[in-house]
Amino acid sequence: MNKRMLMLGNQAISRGLIENGCVLAASYPGTPASEILPSLLEWQQAENTRLHAQWAINEKVAFEIAYTAGIAGLRSMVSMKQVGLNVASDPLMSAAYMGTVGGFLIICADDPGPHSSQTEQDSRMMAMMAKIPVLDPDSPAQAKDMIAMGYALSEAFEIPVMIRPTTRVCHARQDVPVSPVVFDDRKPVFEKNPARWAATPKFRFRLHQALEQKLSGIAGYAPTAPLRCNPDAVGTQAIVVSGVAAAHTRDVLKDLGLWDRIPLYQVIQPFPLHREFIDHIEATCSEILVIEESTGVIEIQIADRRKVRGKVSGAVPSVGEILPETIEAIVAEFAGKPLSRPDLPASPPGRRPTLCAGCPHRASFFAIKKAAPRGIYTSDIGCYTLGMNLGAVDTFICMGAAISQAAGFYQAFRSEPKRPDIVATLGDSTFFHAGIPALIDAVVQNVRFVLVILDNRTTAMTGNQPTPSSGRGIGGEPTLTVEIEKLVQGCGIQFCKTGDPYDVPEFISLVKSAVTYSRETGPAVIIARRPCLLDRSRTDKRPPFIRVQVVQEDCDACHYCIQHFECPALITDGKDRPVRIDPAGCTGCGVCVHVCPKKAIRIMVDGKGMRC
Amino acid sequence: MTIKQQIIISGVGGQGVLFVTRLLAEAAMMKGFPVLTSETHGMAQRGGTVVSHLKVGDFSSPLIRPFSADGLLALKPESLAQHGSFVKPGGWAIVNSGQPLQAPGELAITSIDADSLSRTIGNLKSVNLIMLGAALSKLSGAQNLFCVLADIQTVLNTQISGAPSKLEKLTAAINAGYRV
Repeated sequence: MNKRMLMLGNQAISRGLIENGCVLAASYPGTPASEILPSLLEWQQAENTRLHAQWAINEKVAFEIAYTAGIAGLRSMVSMKQVGLNVASDPLMSAAYMGTVGGFLIICADDPGPHSSQTEQDSRMMAMMAKIPVLDPDSPAQAKDMIAMGYALSEAFEIPVMIRPTTRVCHARQDVPVSPVVFDDRKPVFEKNPARWAATPKFRFRLHQALEQKLSGIAGYAPTAPLRCNPDAVGTQAIVVSGVAAAHTRDVLKDLGLWDRIPLYQVIQPFPLHREFIDHIEATCSEILVIEESTGVIEIQIADRRKVRGKVSGAVPSVGEILPETIEAIVAEFAGKPLSRPDLPASPPGRRPTLCAGCPHRASFFAIKKAAPRGIYTSDIGCYTLGMNLGAVDTFICMGAAISQAAGFYQAFRSEPKRPDIVATLGDSTFFHAGIPALIDAVVQNVRFVLVILDNRTTAMTGNQPTPSSGRGIGGEPTLTVEIEKLVQGCGIQFCKTGDPYDVPEFISLVKSAVTYSRETGPAVIIARRPCLLDRSRTDKRPPFIRVQVVQEDCDACHYCIQHFECPALITDGKDRPVRIDPAGCTGCGVCVHVCPKKAIRIMVDGKGMRC
Repeated sequence: MTIKQQIIISGVGGQGVLFVTRLLAEAAMMKGFPVLTSETHGMAQRGGTVVSHLKVGDFSSPLIRPFSADGLLALKPESLAQHGSFVKPGGWAIVNSGQPLQAPGELAITSIDADSLSRTIGNLKSVNLIMLGAALSKLSGAQNLFCVLADIQTVLNTQISGAPSKLEKLTAAINAGYRV
């Protein structure tokens, strides 16, 4: 079979998994890794292979499930975005010591830029810290090839292997060869061995020694050795690249006419870097330029510092994505022919992202600002982070931190004569992921704050994956459900009420009552329940479309609605011009009727705007 | 002749920039050309600026460098100012705009009022396909695209085979753009 298909990088990765006998896959969604698991399921359905694929409650749980299938001798994988690996770092460090029996891949997608993340951290540094090998693909096609390579490496050395694609691999599309599926008929086997699978510190010391031996072997493992891209080039300067920087540099060298002049090496496995390669390049080159994202992982393993040009020497930027035009300038400079290029005209800023028209979060934020106008608003990771546009998000750090930050602010201000109201917001999926321990802590410490759980019945930002309360799995199969109300009450919360943010006046008074409770008594929780408009898997009946209009003679162009509500369907032709409804954007939620202080936005009945 | 084309497609989240990119990439594959695209996902898709890079032919990088693209397909008027500098001198830009536009450099600019046209054909979400249709008919000579309308129609027929009414709407939009 010599078929090619257009594949997104993440689809190519999952094609590699299905072709190479992966039978267990777990993940928590996060850009740019989210599409790996759903497309794995699509390939599995097309090929009819044996597979358990699941969204787990968080990355730590996903990691532990997938890793344990490796202990049982099967091929498995866990996928996540780079900050997800922070959550899963606890099992990662131990899994490196204990190793695996069946091939176990950790697919961790980095986001240099960052485009859709809190940090630009380099997961290859996590692999170094854990002491496991990591492979760094340059394209969808190579990412697919690295799955086969990674499983072979993992089983040869009984070690977890990390594959580290970046956004430009995950979200590139390429024509990729399709190979037949190798059916894996292995049976799970668990050989009890407490010295390995339940190792106490004494045995951990031995496992650590064994891990160092494995790493030494992997630094000489031929299949993952660096590639020489242009064998005919001769020179004492060399360029070493990995990941998508390798793809950019190949094009740049050709365009600059340097392809035959500067030897180019592509590192497949940045850690551990092959010993023989380090010796070779140090012996044959006087100057070595290393281009990689995001940290200088390859660079710091080349011992002769006088020869290395890279991030430490300042030749390559340490921050941000390394774009091909940056590489073009660096390579030209390195080759001694600096570019004279026209300056880029300053381009106007792009549009900032915003919550969708009709998004229930916008209504919730409006109510929160009404109920606690001078409050401190802690928030979290999800679509609702965009509430900062509305002045309703003051802080966010990482998954679940909205609640612990609320506790931190409460403790910081508790002795002050005028304590601010504190309102935390986080989504349903984020509450399940990391919010529950923080809420229990807040109950025990009697933190006076309001938590609004923005329950849109889905994990929206990453593409509407189900949550534990959705009642369905990744393939739509029915699952048991966990109710948020019961969880909140189980955490010890005494004030827990559910409301619909579309019922604006009622919802504002609900949040007000929670704020009062939090001032006088203790922590209060509001569950703001209204499904995401984008969720195609919704089965509930959609509410009727409420047609609204801005009565032009009543609109005094104060633009309060645009500034404080920022619905994309509220548009205007200029600073002093009245507001209009964009019919292409309006979703008919009717919430804006309650927003206009002049009551100029009205529900239309028989073509006329009626006062509500 | 070896084909080597680089095209920027830009707009805002929700306009269907990715869909147009994908149609062109599938058409390239169907014609046997190597293809690479780079897309915007995640946070930026919530109404923010979205830009796709499409590279057809022998490339290894998925990104287009400034002043290197053959052309720009802009689904919003402001996309020209934002992304026009990707296009090489003498390249083309086809821009969704009700007014004629000034080039930031030496670009051949065609304005298409796709917003009005989408209202005329009663499909406000069809701006992306109207613009693709316009590109397929307006570019000629040295600026010819690597594919023609019939290629895109074949891709649509294959990709949307399960939904005849959707296919009909998409076909109507692309034809409306083509005839403009």
